[in-house]
Formats: sequence, C-alpha cells, structure tokens
Amino acid sequence: MAEDTITMQDNVALRRALIEAVAVRVIDHVDELSDLDRAIGDGDHGLNMKRGFEEILARLDELADKPWPEALKAGGMALVMKVGGASGPLYGTAFMTLGKALPEKLDPAAFSAAMSAAVAAVKARGKSDAGQKTLLDVVIPLADQLEKGELDPKAIRDRAAESALATVPMLATRGRASFLGERSVGHMDPGARSSQLIIEAVCEVLEGWM
Amino acid sequence: MSAAVGIAIVSHSAEVARGTADMVRQMVGDAVPLGHCGGDPDGGLGTSVERILAAIDDAWSEGGVAVLVDLGGAETNSEMAIELLPAERQGKVVICNAPIVEGAVMAATEAWGGASLDQVRATAEELSPP
Repeated sequence: MAEDTITMQDNVALRRALIEAVAVRVIDHVDELSDLDRAIGDGDHGLNMKRGFEEILARLDELADKPWPEALKAGGMALVMKVGGASGPLYGTAFMTLGKALPEKLDPAAFSAAMSAAVAAVKARGKSDAGQKTLLDVVIPLADQLEKGELDPKAIRDRAAESALATVPMLATRGRASFLGERSVGHMDPGARSSQLIIEAVCEVLEGWM
Repeated sequence: MSAAVGIAIVSHSAEVARGTADMVRQMVGDAVPLGHCGGDPDGGLGTSVERILAAIDDAWSEGGVAVLVDLGGAETNSEMAIELLPAERQGKVVICNAPIVEGAVMAATEAWGGASLDQVRATAEELSPP
C-alpha cells in the first residue's frame, strides 16, 4: 500500500513536471515562433501556441492529477479550443490520439504504438505527409526512432533538433507557407520548431528524472 | 418540403464573416438558417473551434449545414468542430471547397430553392473547378 502510494505520487509529480516544462518551453519561445511564422506564414504561431499552453498551465493541477490517457485527452481538447489557427487541431489531435491510444500502465512498446497512431492522425488532420515542411517532419522521425526501440532522451532530442533544422531548405507545399512557393525555402518551419521544443522539454525532464 | 439547408460562414476575420453573411441575407432574407464567425479565441484574426460550433448551431437545420471557409486554418478548425458535434449531427454538416463569399451566396440561393445538402455543396463547388 505504502509503496503504491509512493509510486502514484511519483507519477503525479513526473506528469506535473512534464506538462509544466512543455508549456513553459513553448511560452518562453513565443517571439521566436512568431518570427519564424512571420517569415513564411501569417505570424501568429507563437501567440496561438502561447494562448493554448497558458490554458494548460492554468489547469496544471487538474491535468497532473489525471492518469496519462485522461490528461492527454483533456490537454489536447484544451489546445483545440484555445489555440486557434491550424496548429490547434493539429497539436490537439496529436495529444488526444496519444491519450486514446495509451494504456494506463505505460511501457515503451505501448508508447511507441501510441506515438505512431498520433502521427497518423496528424497526417490525416493536415492532409499532409513527410517532406512538406511541417511539424510532421519532426514527429515522423520521432515515431520511427521509438519504433526502433530508441529510448535515450538525449538521442531523441538531438534527432528532433536535426529534423527541425532539416525543414530549412524544404519547399512548403502545405499550409499558408505553400502560398510563398520558392520563397518558403531558407526558413525553418515554425510548426517543426514548436514540435522540437515540446520534444526537447519532455526529454530534458526525463533526463533529470532518470 | 424538407427544411432548407443552413449555411455557416467561417472566416479568419469577423468582418469578412459578417459582410459575407450580410450579402447572403440580401439574397435570401431569413429563409435560410445562417451562422457566421470569424476571429481566434481572443478576437484577433484566426478561427476558433468554439465559435465555429456556435455558428453551426445558429445555421442548424434538419436538412443539414453547408460550411464555407476561407484559408487553411478555417478548414482544419471546421473539420475539428464537425468531429466534436453530436453523432447524429456529424453526417449532416459538410465543408464546401469553394470561395467563401461567392460560395456562401450561391449555396444559400440553392438552399432557398429547397435543394438537398449534396446539391447545395455541388453548386458551391462548381465555383472551384478541379
């Protein structure tokens, strides 16, 4: 009993640390994300994400107290409702699908399968795929890494950084950036950057926890 | 005759949405249920799932609702909103691939004549040849 209680508190504390780290990381980069979006889009990605993740912070206690599937579903729905812009449904769908696909008792195989399901759902929601200069160019490699059994947070965040950087020379063929055609080349995709920030924040908390 | 199909207008701009709705009203008066919304959750340029759900509700008709959108995020957020509708309503709401102003006016005129949801959508989409 005592042991169970300790494990449960650990989970709540870890969940709280992860959710808070992700939200704070995104909010801290509001200007950078908006600048990236101003270069190739409508310039609202930073503020949109900030609005969404401020809602997450406002509900931190409530979300941290839920088991992972419920926390992710509720957090995803909050982003859908608050973000505005296409990133709301895209990130909302990602987190809600993760929540639906995860069992309450986490293990690496289940997490990998859930991540693949989330990536498939984002592809469907955005009618997009790899190589179109979107957040998928960061999360598809993440799902591939997990599928291959990569569990080292440092390796995962390094890969996310490489993936985000790899969107710089890409030509955008989805979203507002696609209106720019060739002029979209030479800028990092703001969605790829925000995905990288989220992955990085999660990995850094896990590195500190291990 | 079944209930006239409703029209929901979803723009990034509240003013574009309102102006488009005014043009629809000029054509069909109150004969067609109409909803419109524009702006992100803080009222800036953008779209909001919550406002889209309210606009679909305003436009609700047993005959269904045709949704007209402007740029990408309006479409993605409208798709999300449709998925959040009660199951019995989901199949009766469609997004038209058409320019928002012309599409809304054409769709409303068609709806006023008693056309089905599929006909309304097809008429609006004639404006965007494949």
